Amino acid sequence: MRRTTRALDSKGGETGALGQLQAGVTLQDRYLVLGVLGHGGMSSVYKGRDLHFPNVTKLVAVKEMTNMAADQTMYEMIVRNFEREADLLATLSHAAIPRIYDYFTHESNSYLVMEFIEGKDLEAILREADEPIAEDQAISWAVELCDVLMYLHNHQPQPVVFRDLKPSNIMVDHHGHIRLIDFGIARVFQPGQKGTMIGTEGYSPPEQYRGEASPVGDVYALGATLHHLLTKRDPRGEPPFSFSERPIREINPKVSGELEAVVDAALKYDPKDRFPSIESMKQALMAAAKKTGILISAQAATVISPRNEVQELWSFECEDEIRGSPTVHEGLVYIGCYDNNLYALNAKTGEFVWKYPTEGGIVSRPAAEEDMVFVGSEDERLHAVTASRGKLIWTYFADGPVRSSLTLSDGHVFFGADDGHLHVLNMLSGRRAWRAEANGPVRTTPLIGHERVYYGCESGDFYCVDFRGELKWRFRAKRAITSSPIMVEGIIYFGSMDWTLYALEGEGGWQLWRFRMGRPVISTPTYAEGKIFIGCADGNIYAIDARASRESWRFQTDHQVTGSPIIHNDSVYCGSVDGNMYCLDMRSGRKRWNFTTGGPITGTPALADNRIFFGSTDHRVYALLA
Amino acid sequence: MSFLDRIFRRKKSLPSPDGVKTAPLDPGSLGLRTDAEGRRHIVIGASQSTGIERTHNEDSLFILLGSAYGEEAMPDFGVFIVADGMGGHRSGEVASAISVRTVAQSITRDGVLNLFDFEQRDDRPPLQELVRNALEQANQRVVDRVPGGGTTLTLAVLLGTQMTIGHVGDSRAYVIANNHAKTITRDHSLVERLRELGQLTPEEAAAHPQRNVLYRAIGQGANLEVDVFTEPAPRDGYLLLCSDGLWGVVPDDDILRIVASSNHPQMACDELVRAANAAGGPDNITAVLVYFPQD
Repeated sequence: MRRTTRALDSKGGETGALGQLQAGVTLQDRYLVLGVLGHGGMSSVYKGRDLHFPNVTKLVAVKEMTNMAADQTMYEMIVRNFEREADLLATLSHAAIPRIYDYFTHESNSYLVMEFIEGKDLEAILREADEPIAEDQAISWAVELCDVLMYLHNHQPQPVVFRDLKPSNIMVDHHGHIRLIDFGIARVFQPGQKGTMIGTEGYSPPEQYRGEASPVGDVYALGATLHHLLTKRDPRGEPPFSFSERPIREINPKVSGELEAVVDAALKYDPKDRFPSIESMKQALMAAAKKTGILISAQAATVISPRNEVQELWSFECEDEIRGSPTVHEGLVYIGCYDNNLYALNAKTGEFVWKYPTEGGIVSRPAAEEDMVFVGSEDERLHAVTASRGKLIWTYFADGPVRSSLTLSDGHVFFGADDGHLHVLNMLSGRRAWRAEANGPVRTTPLIGHERVYYGCESGDFYCVDFRGELKWRFRAKRAITSSPIMVEGIIYFGSMDWTLYALEGEGGWQLWRFRMGRPVISTPTYAEGKIFIGCADGNIYAIDARASRESWRFQTDHQVTGSPIIHNDSVYCGSVDGNMYCLDMRSGRKRWNFTTGGPITGTPALADNRIFFGSTDHRVYALLA
Repeated sequence: MSFLDRIFRRKKSLPSPDGVKTAPLDPGSLGLRTDAEGRRHIVIGASQSTGIERTHNEDSLFILLGSAYGEEAMPDFGVFIVADGMGGHRSGEVASAISVRTVAQSITRDGVLNLFDFEQRDDRPPLQELVRNALEQANQRVVDRVPGGGTTLTLAVLLGTQMTIGHVGDSRAYVIANNHAKTITRDHSLVERLRELGQLTPEEAAAHPQRNVLYRAIGQGANLEVDVFTEPAPRDGYLLLCSDGLWGVVPDDDILRIVASSNHPQMACDELVRAANAAGGPDNITAVLVYFPQD
C-alpha cells in the first residue's frame, strides 16, 4: 500500500485510529464499504458500493479524513478547509479529475465520495517495475499531466494549485490515461510546533516550506515526479532538493539529453529559473518527444575533455606473457616475465639494458632500493641483483614458489611464498631475520605500518604480526586473499575471493564495514580523496566512498579486472582482462581513453615522470603518456 | 558528588554566573590517567539539564566505556548515545529512553561483547552494519510502543583508532581539535537543507520558525535512512555529542572556547550546560565529551 508519512503531534494515536472502517459497514445508509484501498497521513480511502443503484454494482471511492488537531481553533480550521476544497472539487470538470458525487460529515470524520478508478497509481507501478519507465511512456504521461494542470491553473475565478503532485496521487487507468486522485485535502503538514516532525514528500518545491504556493510549484513537482519515473530513485529517500546530485542520464543513460534538460529546468531551486508555466513546460516536453529515437553521442554532455588518442611512447617485446607489474627506479623500468627473466629497460626510450635469468616464471613485482633490485620467482627463490647491471648479489631459498610482490622497509625485504610463510630477510646479506606462519600460500604484498606487518593468504586468513613475528590479531575471510592490503588513516583495506572488499580497524582487526561485489576480488585497492578504487572479476572498476562505505561509481569493462588500479592527478589507470588499459576520470568514473593491447592485462601499472608503464600477456611492456 | 549523580540529577535552577570557579590546574594532574607503558587513556565528561523553559527532560544519554591496561591490553572502546525526544504528553522522554536502550542493547550484544574474542571472524556483521541495524531496531520499537512519539539519535562507537557514527535527526557530533570545532554529522532538518542550497543564510536558518522541523527521525516508520560513517578519532582532540538544546543556543565558537580552555571534559560539559542556561535555556541540554590523548 501507500507509504505512510506520519505527522507526530500530541494527538497521535489517541483519537481517530486510521483504517477503522471494516468491510460491511454502511455509511449514510447508502455507501457499503467493501475494503480498504489505501492510507495516507490523515486519511484513508475505501472501495465502496453505492446502494442507491441496487440492480448494478456501482463502485465508488470513499475518502475518509480524520481530523487530529488538538487545538479547537485548529480543528475548526481544518474542517473549513476540507469543506472549501470539497466545494471546489465539485465544480471541476476534466477527464483526468475524478468526479465528486457526495460529501458528508459523520462523528469526527469527514467523507468524500468519488468516482472509483480502476488502475494503479504511479507509486505502485514504479515499485513493481524492474527498470525505470521508458522515455516515451514518461513523456506521454507528463503531457497528460500538463493538460490537467493547465486546466487547474486556468480555472476561474481562482487558479487551483495542485500542490501535492506525486506518484501516489497519480493513477493510470485501464486505458493507460492519467487521473489525479488526491486534491491535497488531507494535509500532512502542521508547521510551527517544536518537535513537529514530518516526512517530507520529496516532490515539493523549496518555496513551499516558506508557505508560498504558486503554479510554478506544480512545475517543480512534475519535474520531481518525472525524475523518479526516469531514474526509479525515490526522492523521499534522499535529502530534500538534492535532484542535481542524481543526474538522470548518469543513472539511466537511455534517457535523451533533451528530456533530461526539460526535467532539470523544471527542478531549478529558484522558481524564477523554472518554466514560467505548465504550458511552456508542455511545449518543451513535446519538442523533446519529437527528438526521441535519435541517437545522441555519449560524450555530448560531459565536462571532461575527452582524448581520442593516447600516445604510446614505446613498447618492448619479451619472449612470453607478462603477468606481473613493473617498478620504476632511477630511470630504469624493471619487470618480470613468464620467460623466467627479470628485465631492465630504459624508462625514457624502452631500450633494453639488461636481463637476469631465473629458473621460474616471474609474477612478482620487483622492488628496488639504491643499487639493488629484488625479485621473487616461481623457482622458489628470492633474487637480489645490482640495479645498474643485473649482477647477482645473493639468492634466498624459500620452500615454495614466490608469487608475492615485495616490500622494503628498514633494511629488510618482506615477502610471502607458497610455502605458507611470510619471510623477512636482511636486505644486504640475504639472510633470514625471521618468518611468520600462514595457513596457506602467501601471495599478497606485505604491508608495513606502525611497527606491524599485515598480509593475507590463500586460505582466507589475514594476519597482523609485530616485528618479532608474533601474532597480534587474525581475521578470517571466506575465501583466498590474493589482493594486497593498504592502510589509510588507521584502516586496512583489502579484497578477497569471497567477492568482498573489507575495511578493518588496524589496531584490533575489527571489521568496520565490507562491500560486496559481483565476483572474486584479486585486485589490490588504492585510495585517493576519500575513495577506495578496486577492480573485480565481475568486470567492473569500482570507486567506493571510504567513510560511508557507499559505491560512488563503477565502470564496466568487457572482462574481469584482476589487475589493480593506480591514481595519478585526477585519473584512475587500470588494466582489464579484455586487453585494455583504461584511464578514467577519478570523480565521475567516465572514461578518458583506453589503450588496446593484444592480450589480457593482469598486472598493475607503474607511474613515473608522467608516464605509465605496464605489461600485457601479449608479451609486451608498454609506456604511455599519462 | 559521584559521576553518575552529576549526569542524572535534574538541574532545575540556574547556577549564578559568578558561582564556583576552579582555578586552572596543570593538565597532567587532573584525571588524565597514564598506564605503565606511558599510554594515556580516553577521558570523558557528561552533563544534562532540563533547561529553563521546559518542565520535563526529554533528552536521553548513554555512556559505556572500557579501558584495559597492561602490555598486551586491548585498546579502549566506548559507546555513546544522545537522543532528543519529541511528541506530546510523555511521548518524548519515553521515545528517547526506549531508543537509547534499544541501541545500547543491540550494540553491546552484537558488537561490544565480540571485542573480547581472541580471533575475529568474517561471519559477524561489520560495525557499520551493526550500527545501522541498531538504529533501525530502535525505529521499529518506537513505532510499536510510542505512537506519536519520535526522537533524534546520534550514536558514536569508539574502537581503537576509529569512531563509527550512526545518526538520525538534529542532535550533533562535533570533532574539536587543532583549535577548530567541526560538525561531522548532517542535521536532518528542512532548514539545514535549505541553508545547504543557499536558500537561507545561517542567520535566517537560526531564526526560521520551522527550524525544528525534521525530515528524518527515529519513530517515523518505514524507510528510515540512517547516516553511518567511520572517521579516525582525533589525536589530542575531542568528540562532542550534544542535543540542539546546546548547539542551537551556544554558538560554535563558544563551544570551542569552553572545551579548549577546560582542564577536564567534565568541567567543560558543566560549563557548556551553564552557558546554554545563561543564554535562556529554551530546551533540554545534553552533552557528552570524549577526550582522545595524543598517543
